[in-house]
Amino acid sequence: MEPLDVKNYRSLLKKYIDSEDETSLYQADQFSKLSIQQNISPEEIINVHIQALQELYPNLPKEIDLSMNFLLETMISYGLAYQEFQSLREKQGEIESELSVAANMQDTLLSTTKPEISGFDIGAISVPAHQMNGDYHHFVIDSSKNLGIAIADVIGKGVPAALAMSMIKYSLDSFPDSLRTPDVILENLNRVVERNVDTSMFITMFYGLLNPESGLLQFSSAGHEPGFYYCAKSDEFHEIKTKGIVLGVSESATYEQFDIQMEVGDMVVLLTDGVTECRVGDRFIEPDEMLDVIRKYMHLPAQEAVDLVYRHFERLQDFHLRDDFTLIFLKK
Amino acid sequence: MKTKSQVQINKEWDIVGARQMGRELAKEMGFGTVDQARIATAISELARNIYLYADKGAVTFEIEEDLNKKGLKIIASDQGPGIADLSKVMEDGYSTSGGLGAGLPGVKRLMDYFDIVSEPESGTTITTIKWVR
Repeated sequence: MEPLDVKNYRSLLKKYIDSEDETSLYQADQFSKLSIQQNISPEEIINVHIQALQELYPNLPKEIDLSMNFLLETMISYGLAYQEFQSLREKQGEIESELSVAANMQDTLLSTTKPEISGFDIGAISVPAHQMNGDYHHFVIDSSKNLGIAIADVIGKGVPAALAMSMIKYSLDSFPDSLRTPDVILENLNRVVERNVDTSMFITMFYGLLNPESGLLQFSSAGHEPGFYYCAKSDEFHEIKTKGIVLGVSESATYEQFDIQMEVGDMVVLLTDGVTECRVGDRFIEPDEMLDVIRKYMHLPAQEAVDLVYRHFERLQDFHLRDDFTLIFLKK
Repeated sequence: MKTKSQVQINKEWDIVGARQMGRELAKEMGFGTVDQARIATAISELARNIYLYADKGAVTFEIEEDLNKKGLKIIASDQGPGIADLSKVMEDGYSTSGGLGAGLPGVKRLMDYFDIVSEPESGTTITTIKWVR
């Protein structure tokens, strides 16, 4: 069907007026969809209607003609609004594709490889709520074969948060091996953030350094969401207690260092608040509920376990994350 | 030869006068019903901008005749405050979000040719043309 063909429209209209059948109305429906596809504005459709009407009934009262013209006038602005809407929709598409390029670039910039360390099993998952991720995690092995684990969260979401994270990553990479104890790393990062990031943006970070030989995990935290330590012997989870101010608030902040001696069967759980502040309906889940979920899957290989925990919470939140979600299991 | 006519815009009623003159010219020139309505809407928009933001100005009509085409040229000019950021007012969704009407992007869509010159403190001139199809 040619959409704006007066002849077609006229015969369709005539058929309907003669028979009042549903088929013609269905064809009118198709006609209107086709017109939308071809960017035909409402006033043009009314114009076709006016022409068809005049050809079918040349002797219609003048009042009808005038009223149709009146209708046409009132539709002009609707047509414009519709065209504007179309162009805004195109623009939105462009912005979205630009964002997805940025998100891909972020993935590349912030990519980290999960290391294979004998005696340990590591699982990590990080899923952004929107296109850009404001969470960050990173694994690094230093010259003495110690494993450094960083997990961080920018308070604030979206593009600015993601940009801040790139800075954190490159600062971390630039610190020499000699400065790699958690307290010193956070102290140095704090200065970088304080100098370079807007005062309204805060970054929390947990940094851990594991000696795979001895099983000793040293760590410091800059106001980061506390993780959990699973002790196999007592079959209990303990919150990993730390203290330290978030990065970027005070130029001279220092960070205390703590340690845990990991035994076989023990597990360290690191996370961001996207995990702990998972919402079910109107309420946040309780820490015990979260630990129950972790416990349910923790016997599995670490990567499979974090994936399944994520799936569980994703479903619980109707597949719509409200905050970036990052979860790391470190099992001995 | 160019035919010229002009409507001064000082009060809201003058918008109707400008529409009226534009429509009559359009009708005489052989524009169809839809284009007449589009031209009138564009004039409304231009004249209302003068009335709202510049207090005083004028809408001028000229008949453009080329070798093979004929068009209605509408020039809206004012001595108002001018527009500081032209790219902003030409952006979709800028003026319409407040329900103020089609805005200048709307005028551009309604017409075939659109040009705007604006100097802060000295005024704005918008030139548009619609060709008879």
